[in-house]
Amino acid sequence: MIKQLTLSALTVLGLTAGAMASEGGSTHDVDFSFEGPFGKYDQMQLQRGLQVYTEVCSACHGMKFVPIRTLADEGGPQLPAEQVRAYAAQFAVNDEASNMHLFDYDEGAARPLTENDHFPANNSQNAPDLSLMAKARAGFHGPYGTGINQFVKGIGGPEHIVAILTGYTGEEKTEAGTTYYENTAFSTGWIAMAPPLYGEDVEYADGHSNEIHHEAEDVAAFLMWAAEPKMMARKKAGFVAVAFLVVLTSLLFLTNKKLWAPHKGKKTTL
Amino acid sequence: MSGIPHDHYEPKTGIEKAINSRLPIIGLIYDTLMIPTPKNLNWMWIWGIVLAFCLGLQIVTGIVLVMHYTPQVDLAFASVEHIMRDVNGGHMLRYLHANGASLFFFAVYLHIFRGLYYGSYKTPREITWIIGMIIYLLMMATGFMGYVLPWGQMSFWGATVITGLFGAIPFIGEPIQTWLLGGPAVDNATLNRFFSLHYLLPFVIAGLVIVHIWAFHHTGNNNPAGIDVRKGSKAEAEKDTLPFWPYFVIKDLFALGIVLIGFFAVVGFMPNFLGHPDNYIEANPLSTPAHIVPEWYFLPFYAILRAFTADVWAVQAVSFLTGGIVDAKFFGVLAMFGAIIAMALVPWLDTSSVRSGKYRPSFKWWFWLLAVDFVVLMWVGAMPTDGIYPYISLIGATYWFAYFFVILPLLGVIEKPAPLPATIEEDFASHYPGAAE
Repeated sequence: MIKQLTLSALTVLGLTAGAMASEGGSTHDVDFSFEGPFGKYDQMQLQRGLQVYTEVCSACHGMKFVPIRTLADEGGPQLPAEQVRAYAAQFAVNDEASNMHLFDYDEGAARPLTENDHFPANNSQNAPDLSLMAKARAGFHGPYGTGINQFVKGIGGPEHIVAILTGYTGEEKTEAGTTYYENTAFSTGWIAMAPPLYGEDVEYADGHSNEIHHEAEDVAAFLMWAAEPKMMARKKAGFVAVAFLVVLTSLLFLTNKKLWAPHKGKKTTL
Repeated sequence: MSGIPHDHYEPKTGIEKAINSRLPIIGLIYDTLMIPTPKNLNWMWIWGIVLAFCLGLQIVTGIVLVMHYTPQVDLAFASVEHIMRDVNGGHMLRYLHANGASLFFFAVYLHIFRGLYYGSYKTPREITWIIGMIIYLLMMATGFMGYVLPWGQMSFWGATVITGLFGAIPFIGEPIQTWLLGGPAVDNATLNRFFSLHYLLPFVIAGLVIVHIWAFHHTGNNNPAGIDVRKGSKAEAEKDTLPFWPYFVIKDLFALGIVLIGFFAVVGFMPNFLGHPDNYIEANPLSTPAHIVPEWYFLPFYAILRAFTADVWAVQAVSFLTGGIVDAKFFGVLAMFGAIIAMALVPWLDTSSVRSGKYRPSFKWWFWLLAVDFVVLMWVGAMPTDGIYPYISLIGATYWFAYFFVILPLLGVIEKPAPLPATIEEDFASHYPGAAE
């Protein structure tokens, strides 16, 4: 009885979780380094992604929940403290109206950012905030809609970002004064965001290829970190917890076996 | 406390006597822990301890989360991100709390279906069952209000849909909905009261859990054979039972360990598996998500709610008979609450005097069909409301009611039960041949 009930409950958990998040658009799996229980962020990739975010995305998008100081944190891009400070100071605030807390009334403009500020919000183009984008979109839900592949293939959000960034067909249409761009990954097929990446948009310091799919994957990885900065700490805690429980449960199993043996008429070698 | 004869606590040292004569708390703890427990309990009797663990986990993690959370519409979402990013261990606390709710419901469903199969609701345990059902209702209320607190898109729109159910009540529905929300729509007042109640209700649940345990400690546990412990003498009772400590404490802790390995693997490696991506988008009253889906543990009843649409003949008939007062929406609400009330009434709907489903040859099949029905309803609750899905919901919902209101009352009369074992000792020995002395 226990087996059937547990199995059926597990099945339904998978089925419903899968069903809940199946939305339109085509997304393909990308083999990111941070997926699966053993997955880790690739520090160099996060740094490249930060560069793409800074030079391209931040023109229209904000990232208001992410403190700039966390760029130095372990399990992230882990920039040296000096660089983080320099990075913050040169960051352009593109939307002063949405960042009044940064406004310097004496200067009549936004003050330079420090590492303790968050990335500025940016509502100038009506673009959604990217702080949590990698967790706020469902990517894919296999196998068979069970969604179990989250365990080994990650949450699917970064794949969705890659698919959007590389999914433009080149077609455009104008409706009520707004231009829409055809995108195979977007739920309605037409997205208001102009193609942000064409390939060779940034020059990587580490000499890594700047073809469009590399740029897209790098920035998707960076946005995954931005959405889930404690992922590596969490997985480590998960391992410690599971390992501890396996030992504890094994000991409890043996204790239980020995305790009950005389009542079940069994001999125990322990 | 128990009606089963057993040794009671006798204070031995002077200090024990001094305490016990003033406050018999040591005796109470001793008698609670040493309660004679049927020795044939199987592995389905472990969910109680898992549930107790869940309640403790949710209260402890919840209290710490509250220290960093801000229940205000402009700040709530940001304060959750503050917990995820800035608070030491905050991401773990939050994921434990969010997934802890899922474990809580996972365990409670297995606990409830255990009771339904082995007839744990039957006399003399009706009050234990009713209190359990009240706990379950409060859990649903608490879980629902907790899901609103992060103030994401699903929080906001889930709250809008669920409070809208009360708006379906004829005549007084809309004033009730406004009163519940604290205004015409889900807003800051709603968030504040949900926060307040989300903090309060778990302690009400804790109190009811004590009464739940008190009630079955008085009647004694049910067991897989569904027969009573012999109460003629202490020696007789001891052949059917073993004390809770250490036998069942160790067994339950072992089972809890197995469950927690799975739980921590989910929390550590895929904590967002059971969540909805839309809840990582801050609530926006001007933008409705494409699909508003409740958490998985509400889906069976959500499916029943949606099953009774205006084109179902029963709905049309009721609407006609009531002069349109009970419309399809209100019918659905009544069906949803009725589905839970049906479970609460099961002690009086089941006419069979045999407790355990093990000895009821046809009941077994109907029971397993109900279990499958529950899973199907859960699946279809997450599906869109077009194509074949509404029919599946309708069949599933109909079976749910048929099981409680038609099948159970009839089965008790027409079914011929298999012979029961004479004693728990005999049942236990049949599993462990070596145990017979």
